[in-house]
Amino acid sequence: MAEVPKLFKVTIDNITIEVAPGTTVLNAARQIGGDVTPPAMCYYSKLQGSGGKCRTCLVEVAAGSAADPRPMPKLVASCRTNVMDGMIVKNITSERVKDARAGVVEFLLLNHPLDCPICDQAGECHLQDLGYEHGKEGTRYEFSRRTFEKEDIGPYIQLHMTRCILCYRCTYVADQLTNNRVHGILDRGDHAEISTYISKAIDNDFSGNMIDVCPVGALTDKTFRFKNRVWFTKPVDAHRDCDKCCGKVTLWNRGDEVLRVTARKDQWGEVQSYDGKPGWICNTCRFDKKHLNDWVIEGPMKVNRHSVISANHYVETVKPQETIAEVMGGRQPRLMMDIHNISDVNKPGVHLSELPGPATGETFNPQQLNGSES
Amino acid sequence: MGRKLLLDKAHIENIRFYDVYRREGGYRSVEKALKTMAPDVVTDEVKKSGLRGRGGAGFPTGMKWSFLAKPEGVPRYLVVNADESEPGTFKDRYLMEFIPHLLIEGMIVSSFALGSKRSYIYIRGEYAWIVDILEQAIAEAKNNGWLGKNILGSGFDCEIYVQRGAGAYICGEETALLESLEGKRGNPRIKPPFPAIKGLWDCPTVVNNVETIAAVVPIINEGGEEYAKIGTGKSTGTKLISACGNIKKQGVYEIDMTISVEEFIYSDEYCGGIANGKRLKACIPGGSSVPILPANLLLKTAKGEKRMMTYESLADGGFATGSMMGSGGFIVLDETQCVVRHTYTLARFYRHESCGQCSPCREGTGWMEKILLNIEKGKGKMSDIDLLWDIQRKIEGNTICPLGDAAAWPVAAAIRHFRDEFEWHITNPDDAVRRNYGLMHYADILTVVAS
Repeated sequence: MAEVPKLFKVTIDNITIEVAPGTTVLNAARQIGGDVTPPAMCYYSKLQGSGGKCRTCLVEVAAGSAADPRPMPKLVASCRTNVMDGMIVKNITSERVKDARAGVVEFLLLNHPLDCPICDQAGECHLQDLGYEHGKEGTRYEFSRRTFEKEDIGPYIQLHMTRCILCYRCTYVADQLTNNRVHGILDRGDHAEISTYISKAIDNDFSGNMIDVCPVGALTDKTFRFKNRVWFTKPVDAHRDCDKCCGKVTLWNRGDEVLRVTARKDQWGEVQSYDGKPGWICNTCRFDKKHLNDWVIEGPMKVNRHSVISANHYVETVKPQETIAEVMGGRQPRLMMDIHNISDVNKPGVHLSELPGPATGETFNPQQLNGSES
Repeated sequence: MGRKLLLDKAHIENIRFYDVYRREGGYRSVEKALKTMAPDVVTDEVKKSGLRGRGGAGFPTGMKWSFLAKPEGVPRYLVVNADESEPGTFKDRYLMEFIPHLLIEGMIVSSFALGSKRSYIYIRGEYAWIVDILEQAIAEAKNNGWLGKNILGSGFDCEIYVQRGAGAYICGEETALLESLEGKRGNPRIKPPFPAIKGLWDCPTVVNNVETIAAVVPIINEGGEEYAKIGTGKSTGTKLISACGNIKKQGVYEIDMTISVEEFIYSDEYCGGIANGKRLKACIPGGSSVPILPANLLLKTAKGEKRMMTYESLADGGFATGSMMGSGGFIVLDETQCVVRHTYTLARFYRHESCGQCSPCREGTGWMEKILLNIEKGKGKMSDIDLLWDIQRKIEGNTICPLGDAAAWPVAAAIRHFRDEFEWHITNPDDAVRRNYGLMHYADILTVVAS
């Protein structure tokens, strides 16, 4: 019989959970879910080696482990710190963490252009969410922001370095999903940038996944650029048989038009896994199959109720209770003055939409009406 | 006259070359270690000596060596950190330039203790001419049988390679150094795992400063216990101090950590006093990353005791009233210097050298630089001082590597001790661009409040 590995008990914000050894604090917190989960801008569970850079997921370790209950002196990056048995972690219950996180958000937004009104990522941008949830309302930065030239890196992907927060995710995608990385980080410090040497085109078969992993609008889909705002689109899950990838995607439609194809995202904004394998999609599915006929529609994508994308989507929404009828003593407000009480025109019995042609006086002819009713 | 262990023969003509170095008693420690001692015994001697890392952090070297994982069949590496880029620190350059064989000798003994068959010197790219000196020294050592296969018939093989950096301060951080040595972008790694477990090419690695490795030679020659008798308390042995700034005699001095800061600055044996008859205003005792101290706190601790040139005494009072030994880059400012301008210069340096990997350091260093430049130019606001304080507080401790801390500390210390100079810059914007604040009260003797 296989030996059951001993589980580690870890307490995060006073919620205790048992996780397998080797789990990071962040992933343990994700198992609990909700507000306890630290935000992550650079960590991506499907990309080896990612994380530790953005410092938004900093947590306080109040007790290192049951064997050595000393607290850790510094805040630690929860995405790169493994749990120990008996570890006590403070996330939202720690003032130090809140303070440091607000600082990190301010730092991240320092040189961010905040051009959300014209950014394709708006509405599904992790930096927007982070700013709303953990940031302060204003910035104290009074200097001009750092900008970069827009750069052309091939037919599909638009690079807007000014928006980048240097999470390094896209370089990990290129390293781990494609067989040839042609882009990387050039320069260092606050003038570091993601780029290719001499604007080389990125045309690997899985390069489009860089767009999906980019937490901000630095890498956007050229085929979707300025086509629409995401919250006006209707995302549906769909699939097709693809010999290169899993073929499971989300189509972002407007009417019958497929505006954009992306991989499906899980609740943490990461690409969904199927049978433990991340569902990356190939560039053919992403950029070339822009027709509903190419796809088998599975149904509307489940959108988080708090996301702006859920605006105008009525799936699983609850209609708020109407109180006006109560106030009106049971009478519906539209019945306060019913036109039909005083007029014979527009009888409710006539369904205008079912008429073969435009309505005429004959339509409301009482005899005609009686005739049709009989 | 203090005891000299590293530089006592540095003045001998042609000590750079093997023949002279050997005639003067060089490579004795290799003979002693390889012929009469086991590797663990060498490590024990270093432990007994109480040698502390000379690169800045001051971590006990013997302890660091004993942390090295020793799994079967996995190579282990010794990497010497010669990426000396801290503003104000130039002691390793002196050592490598004038007595390169001391480093090679120390490396052979240390490699033997650690079991490293391939050892590396990662040298700052700007030290281009020293690379030639070191490579010549390595070739000479190899020709005379101190390197290569089966050294002195002990069965121990060792090769030393020199690798040049490409001009990044961050590559002096040990994990960034290892990344760079592997040929990658010099970004610090996230610890754990520590290099002692997973270092160069994922093998156990020890990274030590040049001076630390050089100090292994006298430790083996004289024995760890003898070495520990030099100096005071936990500051054993001798330390190289590279003194610069407004002093009469700038240069590299070897001190035995028994003298006071006052003696170091004013005695003719060392710095020879402040140049041009000026008065001392402030000093950074350990390289640009450590907190700056005003004259009164530099010479006497907050408790009113004389401040000594030792690890403990310089750190006395914590960051509130003390500083650090750091890497021994002793920068002296006289009364004509402007602390705001000085702090701005350092902030500009750290902004330029931040690797850009983690956000607080990447964005925060640039922000601090811009605010400091504003204050320096007389365009600052009173609230900027508190803002600077808040920024440095949010950088410190929240970054991957110590560069964030190193960028935050000088700013913090300057505001802590020289706040009125910052305020003067803001309230007198016209004066601030024309003249300096001057010495003011920074050398006044502090009255000690009875505890």
